[in-house]
Amino acid sequence: MAEPGTSFGPRLKSALADSLLAGIIAFALFSLVLGLRTEDNVTGLTLQPRPVLLGVAVGIVFFGRLLLNLFVWQAEHPLTTPFARLFTRDVFDKRDVTVLGGTSLVAILGFIIAAILDAPAYQLIAVAVLAFIGLGLLRRAIVQMFPDLPYARIFVAIAILFALFFPLTSYALEKAFNLGLPLRYWFDLSILVLTYVMLGWGLNIVVGLAGLLDLGYVAFYAVGAYTFALLATHFGLGFWVCLPIAGAAAALWGIILGFPVLRLRGDYLAIVTLAFGEIVRIVLLNWTEVTNGPNGISNIPKPTFFGLPFAAVGDNTFSAFFGLKYDPLQGIIFLYYVILVLAVLTNVVTLRMRRLPIGRAWEAMREDEIACRSLGINTTVSKLTAFATGALFGGLAGGFFATRQGFISPESFTFIESAIILAIVVLGGMGSQLGVAIAAVVMVGGFEALRHTEGLQSFFGEGFDPALYRMLLFGIALVGIMVWRPRGIVSARSPSIALGEAKAIPTDLVNEGRA
Amino acid sequence: MRPWQNDPVLTVEHLTMRFGGLLAIDDVSFDVGRQDITALIGPNGAGKTTVFNCVTGFYKPTEGTMELRQPDGQQFRLERLDDHAITASARVARTFQNIRLFPGMTVLENLLVAQHNRLTRASGFTIGAILGLGHFARAERQAVEHARHWLERIGLVSRADEAAGDLPYGDQRRLEIVRAMCTRPLLLCLDEPAAGLNARESKGLNELLYSIREQEKIAIFLIEHDMSVVMAISDHIIVLDYGKKIADGTPEEIRNDPRVIAAYLGVPDEELAEVAAEVGP
Repeated sequence: MAEPGTSFGPRLKSALADSLLAGIIAFALFSLVLGLRTEDNVTGLTLQPRPVLLGVAVGIVFFGRLLLNLFVWQAEHPLTTPFARLFTRDVFDKRDVTVLGGTSLVAILGFIIAAILDAPAYQLIAVAVLAFIGLGLLRRAIVQMFPDLPYARIFVAIAILFALFFPLTSYALEKAFNLGLPLRYWFDLSILVLTYVMLGWGLNIVVGLAGLLDLGYVAFYAVGAYTFALLATHFGLGFWVCLPIAGAAAALWGIILGFPVLRLRGDYLAIVTLAFGEIVRIVLLNWTEVTNGPNGISNIPKPTFFGLPFAAVGDNTFSAFFGLKYDPLQGIIFLYYVILVLAVLTNVVTLRMRRLPIGRAWEAMREDEIACRSLGINTTVSKLTAFATGALFGGLAGGFFATRQGFISPESFTFIESAIILAIVVLGGMGSQLGVAIAAVVMVGGFEALRHTEGLQSFFGEGFDPALYRMLLFGIALVGIMVWRPRGIVSARSPSIALGEAKAIPTDLVNEGRA
Repeated sequence: MRPWQNDPVLTVEHLTMRFGGLLAIDDVSFDVGRQDITALIGPNGAGKTTVFNCVTGFYKPTEGTMELRQPDGQQFRLERLDDHAITASARVARTFQNIRLFPGMTVLENLLVAQHNRLTRASGFTIGAILGLGHFARAERQAVEHARHWLERIGLVSRADEAAGDLPYGDQRRLEIVRAMCTRPLLLCLDEPAAGLNARESKGLNELLYSIREQEKIAIFLIEHDMSVVMAISDHIIVLDYGKKIADGTPEEIRNDPRVIAAYLGVPDEELAEVAAEVGP
């Protein structure tokens, strides 16, 4: 491939050669996948050639690669730099202005033409392009006006305030003005997101701090949920009694899992924890006498407000006691605050532990286990505490899950749950509490939001169901983050203690604890 | 009796280490004096690091005993202890041939991790400190002061908040020694501390080792290839070759020992029988 900066002639030649090669590879791959279609008819299977489709696909690959070669990869000034510069503090040069202005102009024209031709899909694309450029400019404007604001802190403060006041405020507004907001759905979704925030923070202790790759975290979630459900349904114990027991039971299982895997690291540890997760699920599925097998456990009681149930009828209910009109939303708002408190507890304990010897020992273990042992640190104890602490929070979240759902079955504790929680931790940036929280909101909330984009149908036509594409979008987002931010959203490590001013440590020095 | 046999901090007797069919250490016995700098030397593959790994618990020896005596008379049988317990209770610290700092943690954090056991006790085994009980804050301030004291001695205070992996090589070597010192050892085992250092850094290292011995009154046990370092700073040298101890004495004695010269330089074929007769089988 030609070096950037060479003149156009040789550049065109090498770009053409490269694109031709890509086109040949695309032809080889697509000729069978797209170019032939099997049809089942009376004479048996016949092959139906589809030359046009094949031609279009190969053409897209060839011309796409040619354009990328000419204007991005081998170009002296790649076309993508102005867009990247949107999100920096660098000063724009003339060329950046031309490219961004030109793009905006094309997008506006495209929008108008698409509106005339009644092609809403292209309108949407134009709007997305304009929104991207607009957001970048807005961000630049704010950063240039207030260059020294602690943006991360402001963001965290806003997020905390929002989490604290969102349900009460929206509930009050709804009651006052009868807006017809889908509050029930919002609250359920926020509770779900917070559950995953808590699970992500819990797993972050094991994976992010101690560097032990755990693919079976859902097992502790399941242990917590089943412990809670069995205690509550068989022994009639209340929420506040069952919840700590559920956490303790999960912590115990964390230690039980910890013992056999003490000697394992990296991939081998991941395989055993994966198996552990599956064993727990299969035991729950088959131990019918206790767990009721695939039918699960139902009628798990809801939490009470210090002994006052949230119920429509009865003398001593929450609404009767406070003289309020009964509303099922009251119970849900209470659940929201319970999971908020649990999640905050997880965060506070983790942040505190990071500054204690045990937390430093975890991080040191992630960096170099042998050096740890040479300094007199009992790595057995440290690993077991990491597993137990992570499992404790998983168990608490599980107990909460059981009481919120009112019904649990082994269906809820499949491997995909572990994978989602691990993805939250990895995407967020291993070891970063803020990153994990953002990742949980994006992964769970964003994933869910894609279900409710009926508005897009007006653009793409009635036949378009965006919910069908959410897995695809999700995958694209994951690949994108891993390409641009391979160490997660928040990828710098902040020191646990400093002699002078604490400086963030770039992650290329920080061990991921896999090797 | 040699000076180091009078109240030795470490007595190794009949140490043997077998890896399958390979006899890495063959019946080695020696003493390490309480405030001596003792060097363990020998050609490549002589079993020096294996001896270290046995003493610090990373290997369990096949045979033999290793006895560590603390000044208060307490005795520890190192072959029976786990590696972390050897550092924590018997108070033996070590460094590694290839530096093993925690590169993603700051210099200060590295030194605090080394004071883990002391701090863990002060934190009420974590639970107390989470609940805000106990005197953890004071203990942590003391630990930071202790770390600062050692950083001053190696001139790294100004870089205390930088990632350890960002330091230059020579500083990393010295930081690793200082980190081992933060465990407050009685016996400091250094595996090739001068490897990769230039002449100036190597001189600074010698001064650090002297000052540790003089001020902390501890024993230093080191493996080193650089003969100028070994001869200059050691009080007592032990020479291994093919897993056997071939000499044990003061630098002067070692310098003139024919077996050591033979092991390092080799001997011409015609003299082989002669040397063999002299050295024994």
